[in-house]
Amino acid sequence: MQTAITTARSPTASASLDSDGTLSCAGAWKMANVPFLERQLAEVLGTESGQQIWDMSGITSMDTAGAWLVRRSLSRLEQTGRRVELRGVRAEFEQLIRWISDEGESVAGQPQKPGMIDQLGHAAWNASLQGLGFLSFVGESTLVLLRLLVNPRRIRWQPFFYNLRAGGLQAIPIVGLLSFMMGVVIAYQAAVALRPYGASVFIVEFVGIAMLREIVPLITAIIVAGRSGSAYTAQIGTMKVTEEVNAMRTMGIDPLELLIAPKVLALVVAVPLLTAFADVTGVFGGMVIARTQLDVGFNAFLDRFESVIFPTDYLIGVGKAPVFAVIIAMIGCYQGLCVSGSAESVGRHTTVSVVQSIFVVIVFDALFSVLLDWMGIGLFAQ
Amino acid sequence: MRFDDKIPEPVIEIRHLTTRFGSAVIHDDISFTVLRGEIFAVVGASGSGKSTLLQEMIMLRRPESGSIHVLGKDLSAIGERESMELRRRLGVLFQHGALFSALTVAENIAVPLREHTQLSAEFIREIVGIKLGWVRLPANSAEKYPNQLSGGMLKRAALARAIALDPELVFLDEPTAGLDPASTAALDDLIRQLKYILGLTIVMVTHDLDSLWNVAGRVGVLGDGKLLEVGTMEELSRSDHPLVAEYFQGSRGRGAKEQAWNRR
Repeated sequence: MQTAITTARSPTASASLDSDGTLSCAGAWKMANVPFLERQLAEVLGTESGQQIWDMSGITSMDTAGAWLVRRSLSRLEQTGRRVELRGVRAEFEQLIRWISDEGESVAGQPQKPGMIDQLGHAAWNASLQGLGFLSFVGESTLVLLRLLVNPRRIRWQPFFYNLRAGGLQAIPIVGLLSFMMGVVIAYQAAVALRPYGASVFIVEFVGIAMLREIVPLITAIIVAGRSGSAYTAQIGTMKVTEEVNAMRTMGIDPLELLIAPKVLALVVAVPLLTAFADVTGVFGGMVIARTQLDVGFNAFLDRFESVIFPTDYLIGVGKAPVFAVIIAMIGCYQGLCVSGSAESVGRHTTVSVVQSIFVVIVFDALFSVLLDWMGIGLFAQ
Repeated sequence: MRFDDKIPEPVIEIRHLTTRFGSAVIHDDISFTVLRGEIFAVVGASGSGKSTLLQEMIMLRRPESGSIHVLGKDLSAIGERESMELRRRLGVLFQHGALFSALTVAENIAVPLREHTQLSAEFIREIVGIKLGWVRLPANSAEKYPNQLSGGMLKRAALARAIALDPELVFLDEPTAGLDPASTAALDDLIRQLKYILGLTIVMVTHDLDSLWNVAGRVGVLGDGKLLEVGTMEELSRSDHPLVAEYFQGSRGRGAKEQAWNRR
């Protein structure tokens, strides 16, 4: 067999019309030559009418594609009322052609694509099923978690501490670094606005409130969603593909209790701690800029910090963290359980898990702002 | 389609092959030849290196020493271009099918055709239809995804992909593993029929004694790192070698033999 590229230049097969109206076929009627032969046949056959004779004694080899080309050309000619007689076909080629027409033709057909309304309906149906599925998952896992809280001896401590380490301890460097950089960025923006008015010391309020209340909890949640949420989906998803989750069920072990509860609990503990740590590095980032850009020293910064930033600011930020943790862990685990069958499905659900959890975290953050305002501890209350 | 060959030419020639995993010797000086047009089966207990041998023949693994010639090409001295060309003349049916899970069955079979030929999309679809018909898959399975197929259908679809380019040489890794007896028998018949019509040479790794009796021409038995014996099933079933006898003359081996005899 030659490469398709070389044969395209120098075909080793031919189909040509003789002077007496016989079509002489010769050479290797194989896959690489078929595009060329197809063009030749189309040219030659357009002109002829009535009875035709194909002389196939020159054909040296034939594969499925070559045989199908013969078979398909014949049936097209017959449809237009012309008859073709094959001559000099070698026994094995004839057999191949016959086998193709017996086996193949019934199956070859245009695949049907569903219409737009069809697709819309499917999408809506699937979305509502997913929503219902998530609701029942939340219900079930809440029951399991409540049961565990009543009877804490049933908590699986080993996976809990493992997840605490993987999702909490090992996330410290990245969360700390990114929060520090966010502090730098925020303080820079403030510095530009404050310096012309000589209001440099207000950098403390700016950095303190923005970081503690909003930026740090959000950035921590986003990093945790990317690190741990995706890991949960991939892990549980792969366990579903390899039927480990089913094996667990048949052994009478509740996957919610063994797989999901420790993850949720671990994140509920880890994310507030990470947020508290990131508060420190984030504010420190702001302090560095305050000193270098606005001549507000560390001591002056911290003095003012004590008097203008209230524990409420800190508690609101850290208080959001467990809520975000539950959202991330629940969505991550639920998407993992939604995986079915294939490796591709694991990838798809991992993406969905990260996007959904970041989305829901931000929605809840907005809800928190409104809620805190109603409760009278929003920003305007101060 | 090679009916005019008078003297069977060797398709695979393996000489003094040695494979090691670290200090463990998997193959110790193995030599054998597979001839054009035959169905050659490799058997052996689990861990005897059957799958490793297969991987070496399809260029997924290099042996530590010894030579493998496939279709006249020395695999140890083969270049990038040549090996691509050689791979196109081989078809492989992996043990678990290895269909691409993101593609439908029809798209899976079309992959080698799209990659390696310049056929039009319509022509490719028709060829895919023919291959599906050959492996007896119903037309509605063409648009299904691999995870929607049963084990037997998966193997058939994978076989259709393996023969998509009309290869000269087809490797089958445990083609009947995990199938029910009826599907096994049907797949055996299919393999024999494809070999006959397409003039294939087939190398298969299998554990299935019924399958060996029904399909295999010659069988090579691996054990203790050596190729213990090569011969037809009749010859092997009368072998004196203790490991070979253990494999073929146990109760299951005798049962399979009787069944095969009854069927003739």
